[in-house]
Amino acid sequence: MFILQHQDLDVLISALKSRGYRVVGPTLRDDTVVYDDLNSAADLPIGCTDDLERGHYRLRRSESGTYFGTTVGPHSWKKYLFPPRVKLFSIQKRGRVLELEAEDPQQRPEQFAFFGVRPCELAAIALQDKVFMGKNFADRTYTALRRGVFIVAVNCTRSGGTCFCDSMGTGPKAEDGFDLALTEVEADGRHFFVVDVGTPRGTEVMNDVPRTKAGQSDIELARKLVSKAKAGMKRSVTQEGLRQFIAGNLESGYWDEVSRRCLLCANCTLVCPTCFCSTVEDTTDLSGEHAERWRRWDSCFTMEFAKVTGGNFRPSPRARYRQWLTHKFSSWIDQFGVAGCVGCGRCITWCPVGIDITAELEALRGHGARAET
Amino acid sequence: MVKSDLTEVLCKHPFVGDLQEQYLKLLVGCAKNVHFHDGGYLCHEGEAADLFFLIRNGRVAIEIHAGHKGKQRIQTIGPGEVLGWSWLIFPYRWHFDGCAVSEVSALALDGKCLRTKCDKDHDFGYEMLKRLANVFQSRMEATRLQLLDVYGSHKGR
Amino acid sequence: MKHTAVAEADVLVDPMIPQMMSIKKIVWETDDTFTIQLESAAFANAGFSFLPGQFNMLYVFGMGEAAISISSDPAKPATLTHTIHRVGTVTNELSQMKRGDIIGLRGPFGSSWPIEKANGLDVCIVAGGIGLAPLRPVIYSLFRRRRDYGRLLLLYGARSPLDLLYRVELEEWSKLYDVEVLVTVDRSDSTWKGYIGVVPNLLSYIKLDARATVAMVCGPEVMMQYTIAEILRRGIPQDQIYLSMERNMKCAVGFCGHCQYGPKFICKDGPVFALPQISSLFEKKEL
Repeated sequence: MFILQHQDLDVLISALKSRGYRVVGPTLRDDTVVYDDLNSAADLPIGCTDDLERGHYRLRRSESGTYFGTTVGPHSWKKYLFPPRVKLFSIQKRGRVLELEAEDPQQRPEQFAFFGVRPCELAAIALQDKVFMGKNFADRTYTALRRGVFIVAVNCTRSGGTCFCDSMGTGPKAEDGFDLALTEVEADGRHFFVVDVGTPRGTEVMNDVPRTKAGQSDIELARKLVSKAKAGMKRSVTQEGLRQFIAGNLESGYWDEVSRRCLLCANCTLVCPTCFCSTVEDTTDLSGEHAERWRRWDSCFTMEFAKVTGGNFRPSPRARYRQWLTHKFSSWIDQFGVAGCVGCGRCITWCPVGIDITAELEALRGHGARAET
Repeated sequence: MVKSDLTEVLCKHPFVGDLQEQYLKLLVGCAKNVHFHDGGYLCHEGEAADLFFLIRNGRVAIEIHAGHKGKQRIQTIGPGEVLGWSWLIFPYRWHFDGCAVSEVSALALDGKCLRTKCDKDHDFGYEMLKRLANVFQSRMEATRLQLLDVYGSHKGR
Repeated sequence: MKHTAVAEADVLVDPMIPQMMSIKKIVWETDDTFTIQLESAAFANAGFSFLPGQFNMLYVFGMGEAAISISSDPAKPATLTHTIHRVGTVTNELSQMKRGDIIGLRGPFGSSWPIEKANGLDVCIVAGGIGLAPLRPVIYSLFRRRRDYGRLLLLYGARSPLDLLYRVELEEWSKLYDVEVLVTVDRSDSTWKGYIGVVPNLLSYIKLDARATVAMVCGPEVMMQYTIAEILRRGIPQDQIYLSMERNMKCAVGFCGHCQYGPKFICKDGPVFALPQISSLFEKKEL
């Protein structure tokens, strides 16, 4: 482990840029922390902290000058690995002949370096890896974008208002899946990062960055801060038996209650770092001789999602809310061996009516218990 | 057909089921073996429903005259099934034409005689109504499924 | 049952990119259902390899795709056919195409009917409407190795006599001594001499050695529900009953999430399922 002085964080970014990486990470825009290109460490949300609650997000100045004092914003890294709009192919019609030109995902010019990945987000990336690079077919677009991504993770030293990564087993400390993991420490007038190296590639990059070997006391300081984040978590999900419980309560009256509040706005699916539903769009130009097929994000909350000619398999709001929650905490486990939620809390923060899935799961449990008596 | 043979044939038909010995004898006494050729009619709408049929082989189509649409066949009654319940339900008249659409062999039961016996012996009446209720139920379920017109707007496959 | 048959040439193909096929023949089965036969230079020699029950995504230039089951004989990969019900924009466009027109094809996708599980047993095929199309490849396969199976029963129903598919073949099959074919329609005028009534009712007219029978069912979902209820009532064991499910398909390879049915992706865990795999979902509303 190394110690990186805060002023040298910029050197790390430069080291990545000089190796040809396109460095992206948290930055400020419209009073929100979003993911975008980072030119230097100055682009990070320095001195900011955030207040997150159900349906509530505010940034404010903090007393300290931390680089990673915020937690999560509405963006997730799926913005880069699973882009909202991707062209799959185009076709030119010449008479009866159709000439297809497939987009070659390998052609993508940039190699990403994700700078500031939270442990819950590492888990989310791993989940989407399972979806898109699984057994049957690997999605070429995702695979090409994912390969070689350099990950600089950031351990959380404070818990966001809506976080529950601890009970989902995904944080607040990064265990693996990173090249480098930073823990920001501000104490006794000192401001530095404890750097954990995860791969030989990480070691190689660090060779170009001023660093000293981390002493036991500094490592301990970092560990204590992360524990504080863990202890500060206000929400949790009891995972034990949840999968079977949900599967056995698909017709509970609870779903009617929650769907009365849900606006079906799809915000939760848009901000969720693991949601992977998409659709395909076929378009032509005015000449009618050029067609394209695009993949774009979709959401199970939309009316069209389960539509087929002549009907709809899931027309009611009740069924659509149920689909999302049961997929996230139950079906996902059947499909991929692990729950689809990483406890990042975004859906709670960005729900306009403040639906809190941790509370909803408790409500479902309570409803089931009542029904049995 | 000899009475003992008739009993055997009757017993094989699902309508009879586990009917007690004495009631089975009643039925046998009112039963006779009948045969219809393809195109022959077992019953006509409006006629007195003095008989009902336990189909053994073949198919009988229930025909209803639907005004300008002409003769519509809405259901066929096949082997093991029952044609006719109006013998036990006022005003004891057939509500459709029953046309054999293949060679049909059946047991014709004297419904007029049996309904008198039902009035006299309510236990026997209950056994008959129980069986007819089964017929209503399965006919109703089938009709409902037909009404759903499931093949109507099917997704492309 | 989860294996996907892929010809050698297909292994390196991106499943999201269609291959171009040209229309060889279009035959109208009824007034709103037609069968197209496809061919392509790429498949000229090897033909298009698939397993019975699988489907392709057929792409119409600029319009979109439709998920259509393959309805031809798997042992004759050079004659690839799809029987299509004209219901929406894509299928309507397909219905107006001519010999030589080009369409895109992605596939084959999905699980297949487990014919090998029927070895030595009686096979009861129950189809409703267009559901006979994905079962026809099974029928061909069973006929090809007739002696490997016991009795073969085909129970088939459609809306009316004019909506029956493959009438010529049905006629031929009815005449075979070692196949029992029962056909019913929901409604009819006075010219039809066959059964009139719903498909589950056909089960009352046949004797079954239930424990030694495998049932394969395909048709509109509500028809399958009633049919399977009747099949279970007759004593065929749950794990000997197979059905083909359907949902909205977009990618057909398990990425887009549209075809989910509970935890199952219809495109890759199905469309063919053994009843125990989905019995907890089967009669739940709006899954």
